[in-house]
Amino acid sequence: MSLLYKNVKQIVFDIDNFIDTVEQGVLVFKEGSINYLQGEKASFKEKIKRINQLEGSADKLQKKIDDLFYRHSILPQQASDIGSMLDKIDEIIDISKDNLYQFDDEIPFIPKELTHDFIRLAETSAESAMSVFPAARAFFRDPGKVKEMLSKVYFYEKEADKISRNIKRKLFHDLDDLRLSEKIHLRYFALHIETISDKAENLADMLLLLALKMSI
Amino acid sequence: MIILFYLSSGLFLGWSLGANDAANIFGTAVGTKMLKFKTAAIIGSLFVILGAVIQGAGASHTLGKLGNVSTLAAAFTVALSAALTVFWMTRMSLPVSTSQAIVGAIIGWNLYTDNPTDTSTLIKIVSTWISGPILGGIFAVLLFMLVQLISKKSKVHILYRDILIKYMLIFVGAFGAYSLGANNIANVMGVFTGAINLPVIDLGIVSFSSTQQLFFIGSIAIALGIITYSKHVMETVGNTLMPLSSEAAIVVVLSQALVLFIFSSQGLSNAIQSIGLPAIPLVPVSSSQIVIGSIIGIGVYKGGKQIKYNILGSISLGWLATPIAAGVLSFFMLFFVNNVFKQDVGGINNFIQERRQAVIERINPNLSVAEQDTVEDTARFQKTVPNKIDKTTDLKKDYSFQITWVTLLTLVLLATLLFYLFRKQKKKSNYLEIKAKDVENDLKIKIESLEKRLQEKISHQFNLSKELKFRQSEMITMAMSIIRKNEFLEGLKREIIKIKSRVDDHETRLGLNKLSLMITQDLSIDRDRERFQLLINEQNNNFNQRLSEAYPSLTDNEKRLVALLRLNLSSKEIASILNISPKSVEMNRYRLRKKLKVNPKTSLSDFIKDF
Repeated sequence: MSLLYKNVKQIVFDIDNFIDTVEQGVLVFKEGSINYLQGEKASFKEKIKRINQLEGSADKLQKKIDDLFYRHSILPQQASDIGSMLDKIDEIIDISKDNLYQFDDEIPFIPKELTHDFIRLAETSAESAMSVFPAARAFFRDPGKVKEMLSKVYFYEKEADKISRNIKRKLFHDLDDLRLSEKIHLRYFALHIETISDKAENLADMLLLLALKMSI
Repeated sequence: MIILFYLSSGLFLGWSLGANDAANIFGTAVGTKMLKFKTAAIIGSLFVILGAVIQGAGASHTLGKLGNVSTLAAAFTVALSAALTVFWMTRMSLPVSTSQAIVGAIIGWNLYTDNPTDTSTLIKIVSTWISGPILGGIFAVLLFMLVQLISKKSKVHILYRDILIKYMLIFVGAFGAYSLGANNIANVMGVFTGAINLPVIDLGIVSFSSTQQLFFIGSIAIALGIITYSKHVMETVGNTLMPLSSEAAIVVVLSQALVLFIFSSQGLSNAIQSIGLPAIPLVPVSSSQIVIGSIIGIGVYKGGKQIKYNILGSISLGWLATPIAAGVLSFFMLFFVNNVFKQDVGGINNFIQERRQAVIERINPNLSVAEQDTVEDTARFQKTVPNKIDKTTDLKKDYSFQITWVTLLTLVLLATLLFYLFRKQKKKSNYLEIKAKDVENDLKIKIESLEKRLQEKISHQFNLSKELKFRQSEMITMAMSIIRKNEFLEGLKREIIKIKSRVDDHETRLGLNKLSLMITQDLSIDRDRERFQLLINEQNNNFNQRLSEAYPSLTDNEKRLVALLRLNLSSKEIASILNISPKSVEMNRYRLRKKLKVNPKTSLSDFIKDF
């Protein structure tokens, strides 16, 4: 039993560490996007390096947690649900990393008229993800609180949607000087950044469901 | 050795009790993989033995009062008939309890040997069969409320809570096993305590009486039942009544353990008596029925939607059917053992005879020959007097014999009727079960086929959207290449015109004119553009058809413009593709708006996209 306690203590530590890592990843994404949009190349490169490290350690932690859960038969009835939830958390850092890499690989040309909108989109999308992590932590300690902690996620997700739509409208309606290829390119960038908030919303939905399951 | 042979029926009863009832204690814990079976079996076996040896006497004493089975052969027969009843009813999937079977079997012995049944003890026992499940339900509700309150108030990490639940399941399981041993050992070994007298084992600090030794042997049989067969029961029976969470499982096991403990603890009964309350009857009760009572209690507290209430009817029938079946079987088996194997099965007459002989033997050694003669004369006189009395009571005995047979026949008829009812109910429930399974299978097949079709549709749609994306990207690429090429040619033409204006040489001017003409021709007869047009037509075939049906007056050029607008291209880009000026495109757009009757507030592109 003391071995079980030791293992559970390790998992609790790892889960907290995992969520912290993903949270940091989202912050790095936000800063990295702003760096790119403001033309701070050196800082942007540094952020790319950092998010790569964070994503790697999040993956390692997730595998370790999965392994401990199944090897020591911890929470046998909820293990698969918790595993899926950790998958969804991991998706957020994966998408954040992909986004930064897309900036680096494709070097999109962002017209000055859209810089502010793109910064706002990155911030709002990241904010949506940042709001879901406290709820994910609360799920393990106080599932009853999860629901009330998720309202921010849905709010920021909708905001991100609006900003993204606004960018697309501006692209295709107002910015006639841009070539179609550039418009389409930027349209996809808006979509990529917006995906982070979509993933946060998916996680929030799942947390709601799991918290409800726990209360029955 | 012969004692072990006679004990075998009790040991078999103990084995089946261990195999079946351990699932009530550790079933959910093992079923939900919260505990390993090995851990559950070790803890269960150990605590069953401890409970039986330390606290098993109380309930056994009450069974003794109901009928003190005095010979080994009778004890063997009574235990065997109870065991066979349990085995037979379990095989028939009928609700059965060891406690009720043994009580029925003892009453069967009482009837066969003319031993009077103590009605007050019988009422006490039967009342616990009803009060046990009710008490279990009350305890379960109270404990469940307490658990809910604690889990709401505490902010423990769910993983630490998991450990806590595991500890609780072990602790509560150990207590449950202890109480099961203490209460139910009377069912297994109770009938043998009056028939077997083993020498006391004195270990200095503790000594073990004959009863405790018998209980130890019986509890080993229960432990063997747990180790060898309970895993199968735990895995197959599962949540037959209501699905249980780990917390609810703790509550159910704890309430069961408390009820079993209450009905077996002499100390608790004495304490209750000391404060002026009536003594608690120490009676073996059915652990399965307490579990059912507890689960129903929780179900009712939760709103009662998930409970299978028909199980209550089965329990009530079990209360009647089990003792009757065991009693009838016991009666006939005792008759067989007594008359075929010529074994002494005890009884009140034998008891009086034995006591008389014992009195004479105790008096004899201290008397002189003359006195002995006097005693013998007295004994002879005593023998003759009862014989005379016996003759007068013979009539009474015949009469009571008839009553016994009539009672017995009535019981047999009743048992047959109950058995018939059970079979009918069973057949009906089996039929309904099969029907339900058929419907379930049909639905499953339908769902599977629907899922398959849906999957096919999704995959088809996915392929189509993939194709569409590919086509669109192809068109955009082509459009871009046309735009670039035309831009280049336009630039080239402008340069040529500029050069031409600076050149005086006639031949060079002619050459430049020719070049400019070639460029103009290429711009107007552009093969790429034709291919692009074909692609657009092919892509928008369905759309064009709908468009033509809705707006038959549209010209080919206008249709072409619609197709380009659908690609989300700007006027400038369209102008380049069509080799016309952006102003002409704007004019064409204006005309198109008029023809399509587009609302001034809606953009033309949005209108076309939504069309």
